[in-house]
Amino acid sequence: MSDNLLEISNLKMHFPIMGGVMLRQKGAVKAVDDVSLFIKHGETLGLVGESGCGKSTLGKCAVRLHAPTSGTINFDGQDISRAGAKTLRSTRQDLQMIFQDPAESLDPRLSVRAIIEEAFAIHKMGTRSERNQWIAELLDRVGLPKKAIDKFSFEFSGGQRQRIGIARAIALKPKLIVADEPVSALDVSVQSQVLNLMLELQRDMGLSYLFIAHDLAVVKHISDRVAVMYLGKIVEVADADTIYKDPKHAYTKALLSAIPEPDPSLKNNRVTLDGEIPSPINPPKGSAFGHRIEHKRYDETIGMDLSLVEIEKDHWVAADPCCLSDEDYKKCLTLS
Amino acid sequence: MADNLLEVKNLITSFKTDGGWLRAVDEISFSVPRGKTVGIVGESGCGKSVTAMSIVQLLPQPMGQVLGGEVILNGQDLIKLSTGEMRKIRGIDIGVIFQEPMTALNPCHRIGKQISEVFLLHTKISKQDAWQASIDILKKVKIPAPELRVGEYPHQLSGGMRQRVVIAMALACKPDLLIADEPTTALDVTVQSQILDLISDLQEEMGMSVILITHDLGVIAQSCDEVVVMYAGRIVEKTTAESLFKEPLHAYTKGLLSSMPRLDTPRKSELKTIPGNVASIHDFVQGCRFCQRLGVPVSELTQKPEYREVSPNHWVETCPQCYKP
Repeated sequence: MSDNLLEISNLKMHFPIMGGVMLRQKGAVKAVDDVSLFIKHGETLGLVGESGCGKSTLGKCAVRLHAPTSGTINFDGQDISRAGAKTLRSTRQDLQMIFQDPAESLDPRLSVRAIIEEAFAIHKMGTRSERNQWIAELLDRVGLPKKAIDKFSFEFSGGQRQRIGIARAIALKPKLIVADEPVSALDVSVQSQVLNLMLELQRDMGLSYLFIAHDLAVVKHISDRVAVMYLGKIVEVADADTIYKDPKHAYTKALLSAIPEPDPSLKNNRVTLDGEIPSPINPPKGSAFGHRIEHKRYDETIGMDLSLVEIEKDHWVAADPCCLSDEDYKKCLTLS
Repeated sequence: MADNLLEVKNLITSFKTDGGWLRAVDEISFSVPRGKTVGIVGESGCGKSVTAMSIVQLLPQPMGQVLGGEVILNGQDLIKLSTGEMRKIRGIDIGVIFQEPMTALNPCHRIGKQISEVFLLHTKISKQDAWQASIDILKKVKIPAPELRVGEYPHQLSGGMRQRVVIAMALACKPDLLIADEPTTALDVTVQSQILDLISDLQEEMGMSVILITHDLGVIAQSCDEVVVMYAGRIVEKTTAESLFKEPLHAYTKGLLSSMPRLDTPRKSELKTIPGNVASIHDFVQGCRFCQRLGVPVSELTQKPEYREVSPNHWVETCPQCYKP
């Protein structure tokens, strides 16, 4: 068995747009367009990008909440990209998801007990008393009081609700959890509590995470490696420290410099990026980011292969003349 | 004092509920100097938006009422003004930017019509001139092709563009004070930095003061001169941005600053946390509310801690547990 828990290759997720009199397909939203990535056992891969870049869609594809248009998703040695409901049911024991808004992802009409028990019920695990025991253990594990078991989700604060979401996700002792912006709806002081919990669970249970977020400081804190996504494509992947210290791609650089640092002495050394992310319905033909910054070499990139190149060990970057320094681009050309 | 544009003194705002009046803002005082940016930071439910809405008197009616204190703008107490007089203040003297640009704009009207409305209400100007003025102000907030955009509807614009339109509306009559309530929370980091830059450029150009409400300490550090830290309806600390980040004095401010992951904190290290949760407004004690969160018995929290200036321009709520000089 390879040491990669999840391997996604050439994944495409295109949502059709229907229109016209006959409701034929007249286009597609290319939310995820030819993405390849992997996650090792016990590793956290951070996925960052602006809203609309396809990071959530990619996360949902990874747990097969979307059926991808093409490409393969290899989870624990099994291709689940075309798997049917039966296979998926058993796979999802090992593959869980934490959602962004805990208020919306928990059923308001179910008690905490019912929310977590559902997981055991679906997989026909345990007797009633065993399940109760497990639920009590889980609540304790995520730092919720014992009496929480018979309460409803709306009786909790945002941070506590997210803990319920986490308890539900770890109930079946999964191997991989896809966490889609798990802390962005929370206040700073609560956010750090939830992040600590996620790190602790990873240490104790050997979990892998696909951690999707737009807050780069949070992503850096929790991730081993970070992938930067722009308009349906991954533009750079590297070790978390490397990507922050030595970003190669112009978009990564711009994204990093846009983070407001909590230090007034660092004012005014930001590169402000003009424009916004283009529509994934009609993406630019060449380098998407080169188009946004109106780079002079944009025309060259039309029709060019802009796939990832391993420029340094474990540091992959899109070989794009608009977004790399001349030196780095030359290096990419010689490597590919 | 002449160099303060706005002075808020002992402001109390309460909401009427089935359980009686609840104080969302409990006797807070601060001032906004001319041409400066004052940030109000705090967690959700700490009363930062209620403070802003009390200043412009846009509290939900009839539940929300200012029950005490003064809000003095240019020597005039806004609390004492009638609804009609207040309507003239809003738009002309005070502009407001709300958090979610989609809900702040009317989806059924063209951008131009919505901006023109501000001019038509507050100045004697013809419809054509107002339309032209709208194009000019859109140009000022750096919307590309303003002649075309002015005829579009809000749904045709992206989030960042919509927020620019909201800013344009707030600034149409060149107010002295701009209140921005979480102006960038709904936006991406890259767009956020564009909007913050735009606000500070316009501020410089027009010489206005800004109250910037946010929960993001990074935004505070990048764009504010002074900072007000609120916790559970009260101000726990107020000082300049530099000194807040260099020498926070109140335990809550310290906790807030250290619980943020920064780019230079070691990876996967345990983050500092503030234990507990913010008490519900129903359970607010008279004494220090941060002690309440930390689990000090309610029976001991009966005395309201004094809020005073401990060093020049550095105000702290001097609870003996939370403030140790």
